[in-house]
Amino acid sequence: MKKLVALTLAGSLALGLFLTGCSVEQVSSEPNETVSSSESGADTGDRVLNVCNWGEYIDESLITQFEEETGIKVNYQTAESNEALYSLLKSGGANYDVICPSDYMISQLIEEDMLQPLDYSKIPNFEKIDTRFKNLSYDPENLYTVPYTWGTLGIIYNTTMVDEPITSWSAMFDEQYAGDVLLINNSRDALGMALYYLGYSVNTTDEAQIREAFQLLSDAVSKGVYQGKVMDEVFQKMEQGNAAIATYYAGDYLTMLENNPDLAYVVPEEGSNWFVDAMCILKDAQNVDEAHEWINFLASTEANLANMDYIWYASPNAEALEQYPAYYEETYGEPLDMELYEIMAAPQEVLDRCEAYLVLPEATRTLYNDLWIELGL
Amino acid sequence: MKKNKRSLLAVPYVVWMALFVVAPIIMVVVYAFSTASGGFTLDNFTRMGTYTVIFTRSFKLALIATAVCLLIGYPLSYIMAREGPRFQRVGMMLIMLPMWVNFLLRTYSWMSILEKNGLINQFFSAIGLFDLINAVFGTNIEYFHMIGTQGAVVLGMVYNYLPFMILPIYSVIVKLDNSLLEAARDLGANSTAVFRKVIFPLSLPGILSGVTMVFVPSVSTFAISRLLGGGTQMLLGDLIEQQFLGGAYNPHLGSAIALVMMLIVIVCMWVMNHFGEGEEQAVML
Repeated sequence: MKKLVALTLAGSLALGLFLTGCSVEQVSSEPNETVSSSESGADTGDRVLNVCNWGEYIDESLITQFEEETGIKVNYQTAESNEALYSLLKSGGANYDVICPSDYMISQLIEEDMLQPLDYSKIPNFEKIDTRFKNLSYDPENLYTVPYTWGTLGIIYNTTMVDEPITSWSAMFDEQYAGDVLLINNSRDALGMALYYLGYSVNTTDEAQIREAFQLLSDAVSKGVYQGKVMDEVFQKMEQGNAAIATYYAGDYLTMLENNPDLAYVVPEEGSNWFVDAMCILKDAQNVDEAHEWINFLASTEANLANMDYIWYASPNAEALEQYPAYYEETYGEPLDMELYEIMAAPQEVLDRCEAYLVLPEATRTLYNDLWIELGL
Repeated sequence: MKKNKRSLLAVPYVVWMALFVVAPIIMVVVYAFSTASGGFTLDNFTRMGTYTVIFTRSFKLALIATAVCLLIGYPLSYIMAREGPRFQRVGMMLIMLPMWVNFLLRTYSWMSILEKNGLINQFFSAIGLFDLINAVFGTNIEYFHMIGTQGAVVLGMVYNYLPFMILPIYSVIVKLDNSLLEAARDLGANSTAVFRKVIFPLSLPGILSGVTMVFVPSVSTFAISRLLGGGTQMLLGDLIEQQFLGGAYNPHLGSAIALVMMLIVIVCMWVMNHFGEGEEQAVML
């Protein structure tokens, strides 16, 4: 009996706490705002900025340089993927000002009214962005974004472990390399490569086409083609020769190449994805001025050169793209291998056969997710 | 008066439990039964039939891992508890030592041990084992396929959770009253009978809590299956993680899966505690 009373008490206490917990959560955004605005107020001089970017995706000395030049304190955080970033934003666990998602996620965020239009008069360096990277499909009028990097998705393979150079996505489904192929652990990219191979658009919403692509993957799974589904584990596996073939991003290939010179990269003949990651400001950002300063700073030619040199992803800044080979020679005292440069910054004829991801309608996204889980059953 | 004071001491615990155990569970329940727009639904549960395979696989692998842990852990705890204090100290140290290194790091290193070009395969190839096998059996193998298999996942679970099996069993056996064993022997029991009739029943509470502490984290792990299972041995943990951090953001479905998993675990524990009925110090509550 005593136990029962105690239990009931604990239960009602818990419920009470839970309810108050809820209401606290709901009003918390406002007090936060006042705290931050007083923090960023001119009289205190403490200006802050909350940034979220991908891991290993910036030359970190740029953060210090920005802090020194402007006196703004940067809270720099990282997210693992577009999807992880999205769920962070949705669950309200984050209060970022500037984020740097990829194209298709940007259009989803715009669609859901989560971004705010930029004031381009505060971002003079936007001028220097190559026109190829302006007004892209994810932001047709270019109201919300300033491109940060761009690149291609392709096949990375170990030349000592395959019989002949790989040129087609067919290698990703080929029994010949069973157990040596790594599937990228991301439904969009994985189903994407099957769609390219079948000659369909990677943005198709036709369920039959998507199911056909899934069947291709699923057959390859049952034939034991894939050693596993990987994201960042791909570095270890490819560098140490534990797998022969993987799908991954050009910039990361260049990082792997430093540790294993036997690796090669190809954008398959059927075409592939080319992506743009762009900086944008969230609708409920609290440090809007600081955010614009940050974006302008990172869009500068100097910052783009430093970043290109550090993360090996191509810059959208026209001057930086042009100056990089000279910058490299000056920094390292040897000419840049132009073949590598063309992998980082793919020439137009490669981009011509590539396609950018567009945001898929909700029903198709659900289908992608269901199929992706089915593949893991 | 005195009693009131004493119950005051429990306040931090009650608050803690309410905030970090009860409230989250209530939130999970609320999420599981609601849609994104806030309405009531049972869809999250009806959709779950698709995932039967993952449920079965998770519970199967966790059961195997628990059984292996018990098979390795029990004799070890028994021997250790019967040895002198010096041996016990060193033994305890060796069991705890790996736990000072981060769990993910340890699992990551297993990955490079089990890889195709990992330490084990390199070693076997260096001593010519593969040549020998090929010569004897006429096969053509160059390496053992270990990474990405269910075996690798079980190994990861056993390696990571074995201490949780050893410690509770050890602490029960070490406290066994020696006079009980002497009495049993005096009354004519041989050593098998002493173990079967005295030591084993008395160590049952330790076994039960060891089994719980290995089984529960094994059934819900996602890092081990992702790293050692190569993402091909999807477990419940991976499935739930996908709903929260993966392509389709669906915390409602994720909560529903978590809830069902929790219920199954509770049923398992309940059955197990009945299995050990009569042991006053049973584990759960």
